[in-house]
Amino acid sequence: MPQKPPRPGFESWGRYPKLDANVVPLNWACDFPLKPPPATRMLPVGAGRSYGDVCLLGHGTLLRTRGPGLSGGMDRLLDFDPATGILCCEAGATLGEILDFAVPRGFFLPVVPGTKYVTVGGAIANDIHGKNHHVAGTFGRHVPLFELVRSDGRQLICSAAQNADWYAATMGGMGLTGLIAWAEIKLKPIVSRRIQYMGVKFSGIEEFVALSERNAKSEYTVSWIDCVSTGNNFARGIFMAGEHDSAARPLKRSKETKLSLPIDFPGFMLNRHTVGLFNTLYYNKQLGKIKSGSVDYEPFFFPLDRLRHWNRMYGKQGLLQFQCVLPWEEDHRGMTEILKAITRSGLASFLAVLKVFGDLPSPGMMSFPKPGITLALDFPIRKETSFDLLERLAAITLEHKGRMYPAKDATMTAAQYQAFYPQWKKFAAFVDPAFDSAFWQRVTA
Amino acid sequence: MAARKFPSTVLVVGATSAIAEATLRLIAERGARFYLVGRNPDKLHAMAADLHTRGAAGVATYAMNLDDTAGHAAMLAAAAQSLGSIDMALLAHGVLGDQPMAEASYAAAAAILHTNFLSAVSLITWLANYFEQLGQGTLAVISSVAGDRGRKSNYVYGASKGALTIFVDGVRNRIDRKGVHVLTIKPGFVATPMTAHLKQGPLFATPAQVARGIVKAIEKRRDVVYLPSFWRGIMFAVRMVPRPIFKRMNM
Repeated sequence: MPQKPPRPGFESWGRYPKLDANVVPLNWACDFPLKPPPATRMLPVGAGRSYGDVCLLGHGTLLRTRGPGLSGGMDRLLDFDPATGILCCEAGATLGEILDFAVPRGFFLPVVPGTKYVTVGGAIANDIHGKNHHVAGTFGRHVPLFELVRSDGRQLICSAAQNADWYAATMGGMGLTGLIAWAEIKLKPIVSRRIQYMGVKFSGIEEFVALSERNAKSEYTVSWIDCVSTGNNFARGIFMAGEHDSAARPLKRSKETKLSLPIDFPGFMLNRHTVGLFNTLYYNKQLGKIKSGSVDYEPFFFPLDRLRHWNRMYGKQGLLQFQCVLPWEEDHRGMTEILKAITRSGLASFLAVLKVFGDLPSPGMMSFPKPGITLALDFPIRKETSFDLLERLAAITLEHKGRMYPAKDATMTAAQYQAFYPQWKKFAAFVDPAFDSAFWQRVTA
Repeated sequence: MAARKFPSTVLVVGATSAIAEATLRLIAERGARFYLVGRNPDKLHAMAADLHTRGAAGVATYAMNLDDTAGHAAMLAAAAQSLGSIDMALLAHGVLGDQPMAEASYAAAAAILHTNFLSAVSLITWLANYFEQLGQGTLAVISSVAGDRGRKSNYVYGASKGALTIFVDGVRNRIDRKGVHVLTIKPGFVATPMTAHLKQGPLFATPAQVARGIVKAIEKRRDVVYLPSFWRGIMFAVRMVPRPIFKRMNM
């Protein structure tokens, strides 16, 4: 029988690239630095929910703060003060676990991304953002304090006042500055699990921007955008705005998700026709121009979490993500160009998201968000065409003074990265000498 | 009969094991008080903070190497004093050991037997007498499916757990009639640091799954539980394989 190539011990969510590494479970903060130190370079990883190679290190040692399976690891909740809403937890706790703890006590996370399965360490290392970026900024803005442990054993308590340079370098620092042992997060009070939402259909970027401006006071705003249709349907989408319900309701804990995609789909399942069909159905599910109602926070924030392992939809070769932010332009020429390039390629999936970033400054030296419009979507991996498209999108992003998101990237070149993040040399001085990542090797080569 | 109260003061030996930690989190939500015993004080402190945050009414810790059986009595007395009275003791310490090394060296085999069996015997002897005198209490001991039949791949660990199972069986028959609940817990493969080096197949359960089974078994005052429960069937089949065939199998 022909020998199958060995499966890497650890994959990122995009499952591309495939790089093998030695995975060392790190169940306790006090087990780091490892004794004896590993012979290779190392990188801390949490849930592995970033898409490309920012959480990978070929032939290296991955310090995994999550246990095998879905539980365990460095996931302890060390302190909670209901008077201030400040929760202190270890870096391997996931946002879902925090919500399970906080919601029944009447609290919610200040910023959540599109999945609850990311760890706090990952949320800091990528200085993540959510649907409330325009009013709350990035996740890091709500992390007043954390502990960084360097490979030489040095422990640094970091905040805006103490070790401020390490604080800024670690926030969005892609796990390269050392191990984040624990962090404080300032939670916010809620009285109900439900979100009052409104969905509005739009056509074209102009209308999307107008809706975003008109609803700038809404706490959560995001849009789904059709990146397949052309002609009259070009850049059609649904704009969504939501607020936490102010009417008190019982704050029960979430139930566990049972639904899981058990196998890898064959790669050809997602194509221009199936995605086009999905998009038409999705767009027309909402019949009128405007729809409003109330929904539990789980489907509002984490619709894809309902299907575990949804990335298997793309087959075992994996998927590519692209997320950029472009600064404001009067005529939105850059974003239009990007959307046109995507529709022309016919490669887009139905998971395309458009959002306006606000102007609250990101606390990290290397944080991705900046004022403007951000677009995120994934692509199946088709040899040549997918990579050609991403190269084109990176070029347009650069030309329009935008930048791309390392947590979702597997393809940008060193020259592009260094142009997107000219401060990278200053950041490099904070990288732990024993730490490295496949992404960092690629973009500093 | 009125429903019995769930244990509210809990002594945990080998507290930093993944299964014990997952179990305690469930019990913490009920507002229990804990006395955690383990080797590493830093780990005990991190765990104590977590249990406290999750709702435990009180958590005290005691760091010791459990192989040191001479120190058991002092630790147990301190636990009883700190908790006021012990409602439940959970024994969760143990090592998987290195089977090839234990095959080659008596000292290695004896070390596994000492940690998994003899040190448990020392603790259970004290605790059985304590609960017997009290006329109530729960003694929950984590053994293993590996103790159900000697297998080529891990018979030293298996023997230590098999001996433990038999010892606990006997203790049950002695003190169950005095009102003490004695629970033998037999987990199958669980994804924990102890098994991190093994290839994880579909039979692996998470510590959280096993923990839910343990809490249920305490509530229902079961004698022996296999966790997850399908291991009862698997181990029945393993025990039923005729020896002439079993001795040729590679398991």
